[in-house]
Amino acid sequence: MSALHPTPHPKERRIIFENISKPGYAADIDTYIANGGYESLKKAVTMKPSEIIDAVKAANLRGRGGAGFPCGTKWSFIKYDDGKPHYIVVNGDESEPGTFKDRYILHQDPHQLIEGLAISAFATNTRLAYIYIRCEFPHAAKIVWKAIQEAKARGFIGKNLLGSGFDLDIYVHQGAGAYICGEETALLESLEGKRAYPRIKPPYFPAVLGLYMKPTIVNNVETLCHVKHILRIGAAEYARMGTPGDGGTRTMCVSGDVMRPGIYEFPCGAVTIRELIFDVCGGLKPGRTLKAVIPGGSSAKIMRAGEVYKIKGKGPDGTMVDKDLPMLDVVMDASTLQSVGTMMGSAGVMVLDDSRDMVWALNNLNQFYAHESCGQCTPCREGSLWMSKMTTRMLDGGGRDKDPKTLQDIANNIAGRTICAFGEACSWPTQSFLAKFPEEFEKAARS
Amino acid sequence: MRREEKQRNHGMTEMKTRQVEQMTPEFEADVEELISHYPVSKRSASLPLLHHWQNHFGFVDDTGIEWIAAKLDLTPINILELLTFYPWFRREAAGKTIIRVCRTLACAMAGSYDVKEKFCEAVGLDPHVEHHGFGSAPPTTPDGKFSVEFVECLACCGSAPVALIGDDLVENIKPSDVPAIVKNLK
Ligand SMILES: Cc1cc2nc3c(=O)[nH]c(=O)nc-3n(C[C@H](O)[C@H](O)[C@H](O)COP(=O)(O)O)c2cc1C
Ligand code: FES
Repeated sequence: MSALHPTPHPKERRIIFENISKPGYAADIDTYIANGGYESLKKAVTMKPSEIIDAVKAANLRGRGGAGFPCGTKWSFIKYDDGKPHYIVVNGDESEPGTFKDRYILHQDPHQLIEGLAISAFATNTRLAYIYIRCEFPHAAKIVWKAIQEAKARGFIGKNLLGSGFDLDIYVHQGAGAYICGEETALLESLEGKRAYPRIKPPYFPAVLGLYMKPTIVNNVETLCHVKHILRIGAAEYARMGTPGDGGTRTMCVSGDVMRPGIYEFPCGAVTIRELIFDVCGGLKPGRTLKAVIPGGSSAKIMRAGEVYKIKGKGPDGTMVDKDLPMLDVVMDASTLQSVGTMMGSAGVMVLDDSRDMVWALNNLNQFYAHESCGQCTPCREGSLWMSKMTTRMLDGGGRDKDPKTLQDIANNIAGRTICAFGEACSWPTQSFLAKFPEEFEKAARS
Repeated sequence: MRREEKQRNHGMTEMKTRQVEQMTPEFEADVEELISHYPVSKRSASLPLLHHWQNHFGFVDDTGIEWIAAKLDLTPINILELLTFYPWFRREAAGKTIIRVCRTLACAMAGSYDVKEKFCEAVGLDPHVEHHGFGSAPPTTPDGKFSVEFVECLACCGSAPVALIGDDLVENIKPSDVPAIVKNLK
């Protein structure tokens, strides 16, 4: 697997991908220990569980799965001594188009995940954990299972881990080809042996009612890996790497029309779109110009090259003023992307150049969502299919005048009207492509 | 087929196989191991048992549905509804090697539609026949050697276009590479 470039770009800071970047690094436990592995867990078992949670809070670690929820806060929803069993489920479903970071952790550095998971289990009084891995990673399931056995044989997990009196069992659970299993409540249903239908909210957090209706934490693979580094580097130092609301580093996956697509890791808020595309990723293909960027996985709203956003910022005298922010100068962090109307999401950055037809690109995504809707809610089940049929028809030369308006109506009637956020995920591409590239849709409608 | 018969077959094509009769003691021992991973609820072993069955027998027939359901104290519909929901599972034989080409945006931009067509040509399948899901097998060559289908994002978009061939990922596929890839599989 070749997506990680051997020499990091000067802007990069690799902690999650540090081991993987080393020549000859292997997934076995001896290699991991030789590279400082399980030292954070040893430290954790000497700490009070509440101290660990406080450290994760102070580190400003946000979830890396898409929603960006503060990790320490999520953990503190679990009451340590409520007498109920607690569970942790690791989300290794990695299926948001454009996202391909967890794949490398699972295949090449599984002990990093197991260490982070063991620390979080110790902090939340959790004795049983599952790592849910999409079945399209068959080798990863075997590699992670082997790593679990190794860690157990060395006493890092299992009965009385590291002599702490604490027990932890970890198992691997494989998905079966459905994107919706990435949604955390669908994932829990799937783990319970059912169809992956997302659960009705409230409760909003599985920490209230999760796996087997017991308090459960669902975290992304990368999120849990960061926990290990927070204990290693110290919460304050870790937080300082990032921005005030978004600590540490984060991995980014770049795909599409750039010279050097691949995975990168930066301190949060360290790169702008311009730096990412034109410097880190080697720019566009020869003779091409930038057309659009989808910054956070296929569900994130698309950004059009050349746009200038109006954002609030501090003026020279310290008062808040309106500022112009050109698209290329947008910083790739959660709050900036949100302020310009899109999101960091899963940090799957897709780059489109001027050779791309926007109706074609949207149709590709619409087909994805039509295929992946679980079918539970009518607006999503029917709407995603209608949107896909309409963009297909427009591409095939059967566009009608009213199509852009109808597409818009369908999308507006899905978002906010479904049990889970798939509703938004499938309508945001249509809404944003139409808003940002109206001329292409009007042209296709007339053809 | 008469309606009642069809219902007994859980509404699909006529099935004559009785995979359950081919079960081995090793297979059953693995089943017990898998169930032991779910100390709180046996039902959680549904997906693992379906994977195990399909890996072993190639697909899941009605005797498989019934056996797994009985093993987990469920009714057959609890298992059938998983087979028809999760795209990975099938109730018909597929090719010995399944070629799953990624269809989603990054791969499509890098030429995956072309690549998929080339795979179909190389193994002798009509590229326009689609996989319909709901437990059916992907398009398969008459000799039973190959199936080719589109799947959604395989989480390897940085080295698009990609395909999962059997258990192995193949990256940065050029249409011109395809005949050689297929030749190596034969
Ligand atoms: C439709 C949909 C798909 C999702 N897919 C994934 C996924 O593949 N991987 C993931 O980690 N989170 C995914 N999420 C987010 C999860 O629901 C959840 O927020 C996340 O796993 C929590 O972990 P974190 O707090 O560590 O980010 C998805 C959400 C939705 C609505
Ligand atoms: S789009 Fe093909 S692997 Fe993601």
